[in-house]
Amino acid sequence: MKDNELFLTASSSPHIRTKEDVGVIMRDVVIALVPAFGCALYFFGINALILVTSSVLSAVIAEGLIQKLTKKPITINDWSAVVTGLLLAFNLPPSAPWWLAVIGSAFAILIVKHTFGGIGQNFMNPALAARAFLLASWPTKMTAGFVLPRTLDGVSSSTPLAMLYAADATATATAEASATLTAVDLPSYMDLFLGNVAGVIGETSAIALLIGFAYLLYRGVISWRIPVIYIGVVGLMTFVFGANGLFTGNGIYHILSGGLMLGAIFMATDYSSSPVTPRGQIIFALGCGILTSVIRLWGGYPEGVSYSILLMNVAAPLIDKYTIPKIYGEVKANA
Amino acid sequence: MKSLKRRNLYSYVEVQVSFSLATPFKGFHIIVKVKINHSLRNELIKRGDSAMEVKKATFRGGIHPSYFKELTNHKALKKAKLPIQVIIPMQQNIGAPCEPIVKKGDYVKLGQKIGESKGFVSAAIHSSISGEVIAVEPRPHPTGQKVLSIIVKSDGKDTLDDEIKPYGSIEAISSSEIIDLIKEAGIVGLGGAAFPTQVKLSPPPEKKIDAVIINGAECEPYLTADHRVMVEKADEVVLGLKAILKALNVEKGYIGIENNKPDAIEAINKALGETSNISIYSLATKYPQGAEKQLIHAITGREVPSGGLPMDVGVVVQNIGTVVAIANTIITGMPLVERVVTITGSAIKEPQNLLVRLGTTFSEIIEQCGGFSQKPGKIIMGGPMMGITQYTTEVPVIKGTSGILVLNEEEANIPDPTPCIRCGKCVEVCPINLLPLYISAYALNEQYEMAEKYKALDCIECGSCSYICPSRRPLVPSIRLAKREIVAQKRKG
Repeated sequence: MKDNELFLTASSSPHIRTKEDVGVIMRDVVIALVPAFGCALYFFGINALILVTSSVLSAVIAEGLIQKLTKKPITINDWSAVVTGLLLAFNLPPSAPWWLAVIGSAFAILIVKHTFGGIGQNFMNPALAARAFLLASWPTKMTAGFVLPRTLDGVSSSTPLAMLYAADATATATAEASATLTAVDLPSYMDLFLGNVAGVIGETSAIALLIGFAYLLYRGVISWRIPVIYIGVVGLMTFVFGANGLFTGNGIYHILSGGLMLGAIFMATDYSSSPVTPRGQIIFALGCGILTSVIRLWGGYPEGVSYSILLMNVAAPLIDKYTIPKIYGEVKANA
Repeated sequence: MKSLKRRNLYSYVEVQVSFSLATPFKGFHIIVKVKINHSLRNELIKRGDSAMEVKKATFRGGIHPSYFKELTNHKALKKAKLPIQVIIPMQQNIGAPCEPIVKKGDYVKLGQKIGESKGFVSAAIHSSISGEVIAVEPRPHPTGQKVLSIIVKSDGKDTLDDEIKPYGSIEAISSSEIIDLIKEAGIVGLGGAAFPTQVKLSPPPEKKIDAVIINGAECEPYLTADHRVMVEKADEVVLGLKAILKALNVEKGYIGIENNKPDAIEAINKALGETSNISIYSLATKYPQGAEKQLIHAITGREVPSGGLPMDVGVVVQNIGTVVAIANTIITGMPLVERVVTITGSAIKEPQNLLVRLGTTFSEIIEQCGGFSQKPGKIIMGGPMMGITQYTTEVPVIKGTSGILVLNEEEANIPDPTPCIRCGKCVEVCPINLLPLYISAYALNEQYEMAEKYKALDCIECGSCSYICPSRRPLVPSIRLAKREIVAQKRKG
């Protein structure tokens, strides 16, 4: 081939790139959520399917629509809207109406994600911000729809954390009553671990979420820092500050119940709204853990994961700014 | 049964993990087998390399790209055909260019000096063939500009310059003679940077050097030139290293080799024989293991200060090709007129490792490798991570040409960047521990003072961040831009 027939690309190095683009990463997150989705279907049946489908469809359509209207490249095939839709649905009680999922997902995509510039620019986790919005707008639908798993007619029930909260409140009043009450009413560890308890559809099964966590770690999608530290801090704090005095709390029960696993593994690790520096991620996770424990132990809500993560989301840019890592060779240059 | 093989950081330990589902109801077995290569272990211990030393031989960050070394790593070195003409640029090293000392019409011999070095950081240039000088004029250079070059038309005789005589053994020459012969032979760093070697071997007296490291990592994907040289010219590697140790009056020498080249480790080990002051380090296979600072850290645990040089921590690093060039000059007296080049890539018909005369054009060499197997999209001098793209094949092989990589049109395609998703993968892989996403964002926003605050100048441009970025963002190019602007600002004062 003659030189003048060549049509060569000239560009700056490097000349090779990994095949793993944004779509691959987001698809991995979806895969990691599949076990939890399976548990949701098993425990809460057709309602879970309706909620997830309407939420995901709403998120994807909203993303396509806003990008078309604002004449931006349409990126619905990068799976990120699917992730948002799934996470929002996972945060709904099983008996929530389908339109709640549709409104929530549309809010997450249109208001939380795209008004701030789209992917990578949202300063809060879209699904969590949308959950907070739904909680403020339809509080009864968001808090009263809990049912026992695998009950065909949907026997309503309290979530384990709400029971624990009530039990602890009783305990403070009448200390001796607490032991019996806890033993009788609370679901067993095994039920918590498998997900056979009342709760929002995606949070109940610890084992399913942990399988997802293992997959994300294996694929290098997230680091261990935020989930492990977050969950560890909540376990420690709830053990130390027990209702019957110091070091009497049930840390394990707190770890397994409520939205902690779902939040720590899939929500607090949202790229856009968490720090990128290793030290920053540790501080972020500590903050999430402390806030969650404080809300659960002394706050007015039985559950504190959503608000803790949202509060720390807002602090993430500042944390990044003050945790710039020490670079190679920096120490000795100053010595 | 599924089996998973993994090479441990201890090069002599092989761990095999297998899973088996015997029958659906009998459960699930995990079998871990550990195999210890005793002969390699004893060999390493004999050399004074404890397991601990081998273990820490890596660095923070880095990536694991596809290496594509199998295209050429088993192919023995071959002499390229004598070129019909050579284009010899007067700028082939970092530092001052050379001045031509021959003119059009002159007859030059093989090995004759044709470019005189000017200034301290410079290296002489010699004719790589015998024949007639047909032009002295600016010609395209692999770095992109046109550079004053001497064009020699071969007479096909390869007549050797009369002044070239073997120097004999190392014992016969003094330290200062070694440095002089390196300067006269025009030897520069052959890893790609082309820094004049005698300058590295003449540190200011206040810098005490206590270790010489030979860089046999060859961490760039595709390239196998150093690998083949280590396998086939192990004796020269050892001789060259001994010469450097003598020139610097240093006792301890190290040769670092990535553990994906066990045959090279074995060959060097054999060539070392009973030598006790030189140690081989088996390095983790990870890019950029061969970056100078990362290599020094892997082997000695020392950190070159920000903005400093290896000699600031008492170390001199030389590339495998450079060391062999020094050995060749001592043995034959021949200056640097040829080098090993890996010609490879998906669009090359017969990828090879060729011993090429400097000044041979890329087109002539590609022709010798069977030409293009498919339409080329990108021609790169060097490896895919740090190499320089070419706009023509009428450029010559220069001292810093470690490889000619030809990618096909699909591989040459530059993907469109999408917004940063702040995944932090660039932070995880940066061997310098920088925050590439922030430096790049500030650079693209022309906030160069902020880019400097985030230590843009410490970037070694290894390309790991761009490689890993799932949004295909131009991280390295933008950081490079920031570096240039920061330096320009500083010059202005």
